[in-house]
Amino acid sequence: MATPAVHVRGLRKSYREVIAVDGIDLEVRTGECFGLLGPNGAGKTTTIEICEGLTTPDAGDVVVLGRRWMTDEAELRQRLGIQLQDTQLADKLTVTETLALFRSFYRQGPDVDELIRLVQLDEKRSARIVNLSGGQKQRLALACALAGGPELLFLDEPTTGLDPQARRQLWDLIHVFKQQGRTVVLTTHYMDEAEQLCDRVAIMDHGHVIAEGTPDQLMASVTVPPKPPRVHAATLEDVFVALTGRHLRDE
Amino acid sequence: MRLREFTREPEAVFWSVFFPILLAVGLGIAFAGRPDPVIKVAAVTPAIAQALRQDPTLDVSELSEDAARTALRDGTVALVVEPGAPPAVVYRYDDTNGDGRTARMRADRAVQRAAGRVDPVAASDTIVRDPGSRYIDFLIPGLIGVGIMSNAVWGLGFAIVDARRRKLTKRLMATPMSRVQYLLSFLIWRKVLLVVEIGVPVLFGTLAFGVPVRGHWIDIILLSVLGSLTFSAIGLLIASRGRTIEALSGLVNLTIMPMWVLSGVFFSAQRFPAIVQPVIKLLPLTAYIDAIRGVMLQGASLLQFGREIATLAVWAVVAFVLALKLFRWR
Repeated sequence: MATPAVHVRGLRKSYREVIAVDGIDLEVRTGECFGLLGPNGAGKTTTIEICEGLTTPDAGDVVVLGRRWMTDEAELRQRLGIQLQDTQLADKLTVTETLALFRSFYRQGPDVDELIRLVQLDEKRSARIVNLSGGQKQRLALACALAGGPELLFLDEPTTGLDPQARRQLWDLIHVFKQQGRTVVLTTHYMDEAEQLCDRVAIMDHGHVIAEGTPDQLMASVTVPPKPPRVHAATLEDVFVALTGRHLRDE
Repeated sequence: MRLREFTREPEAVFWSVFFPILLAVGLGIAFAGRPDPVIKVAAVTPAIAQALRQDPTLDVSELSEDAARTALRDGTVALVVEPGAPPAVVYRYDDTNGDGRTARMRADRAVQRAAGRVDPVAASDTIVRDPGSRYIDFLIPGLIGVGIMSNAVWGLGFAIVDARRRKLTKRLMATPMSRVQYLLSFLIWRKVLLVVEIGVPVLFGTLAFGVPVRGHWIDIILLSVLGSLTFSAIGLLIASRGRTIEALSGLVNLTIMPMWVLSGVFFSAQRFPAIVQPVIKLLPLTAYIDAIRGVMLQGASLLQFGREIATLAVWAVVAFVLALKLFRWR
């Protein structure tokens, strides 16, 4: 079997009194989309930040793309794309300037125009960031994460706070990325998002992984009282998106 | 990129360029335009008032004893002259106030002459007002130093803490960008603004007050580049930990206020007691101001200020290395 994209064993991290992550094991295979689910405060962000090399664990072993942060940080940084929770990019720079800045950090990757096209910000290319909407900012953040043409993409709550159109747009982008054979690790607390995007998920709570598997496996493992048969196959969200259109509207 | 962010903050441009000018105008007018200042004094009896009025450099008001003492306390007059046991008079003034001491000498001369004293030696004055030795000449280099220091420390501190608050530093750390390069970019960014920081006050001083620039301009630029590097490094160090603008403000004030006072910006640092002089000499602002004054006003060469240059360089290196070690990226 090929080296897993991310391999985590016995990971622990506590902040003062609070134990954020309490001995978890994870394995993310190359080319899959792996979802880290759980309520707020379950330890998702801490886990993903340790994998991103931004936080040092108290104990445990983390291997990313066959490398360790201790010894190969410079190389790993070139090969990863990272989107953090709620980063505010510099307000006064334009979209193009921001991407040019991020692109300049990497040895290789798509050029700025390509990135802009990819996240559909063509009309906003010379807008300052302060004037972008939430969805546009989130797409720009994703474009920044893609600036180095990464093999592995970490996304921390990429769609929190977005409207349905913007979310589906972002999902499409992630699908495209995955189809190129690259790996995605994302955290979310939207179950429909995990169902849509992820090949496998792990559910975390109180610093532990309490369930792991494909969405289908997990759904099969729980017996819920039978629901009344649904009259409509469509969800209310489908209705909303059908009525308002799938294309992005930014104003 | 840094510069673009800056120029899009019009208010910041305004303050960093015009504040030093406003300060120079204000102080220049207050100090430069009074060749032989008239000092306000109070006399308690009409006889004394009349004697004092013989001196045109004294502005005499006749007040009751109580009113006169109140006026002295609140600084309206610099000296009160009261009658003692006749024919003696009593001078009441604050001997730490220069105006008070001057007023006492003038008042005494006026009182003695009114009582019939004749000066045994005839004296006349030759006035020398040489550009380069006036207060404004002393002041302008001091203001350049303060401008470079305040702008560097505030500008950098604010930019960095703001980026940290937005988690932008954390985001940048998640890229292959080199940390040294990031911090250096701030130092280099300041160099661009330096042109304005020295250019404006020098030009203004020269045009408005005829402040001489006797040294070589290359020396001034070299010195200022070094000074700006030093203060930027100190700014980085101050901003290396703080997460909020409030915490930063406290630290910045703590750092620059003592230098405003001690480093000889508005008056010579020689006025402080000998025991603190070695400490004052070690402050980066003192080193910069002493050197820039020497170069601008006396036309000295930079080579004569080896100790000052070494002081600045040591501060710059130590502060930058410490900042790099301490810097909190998240």
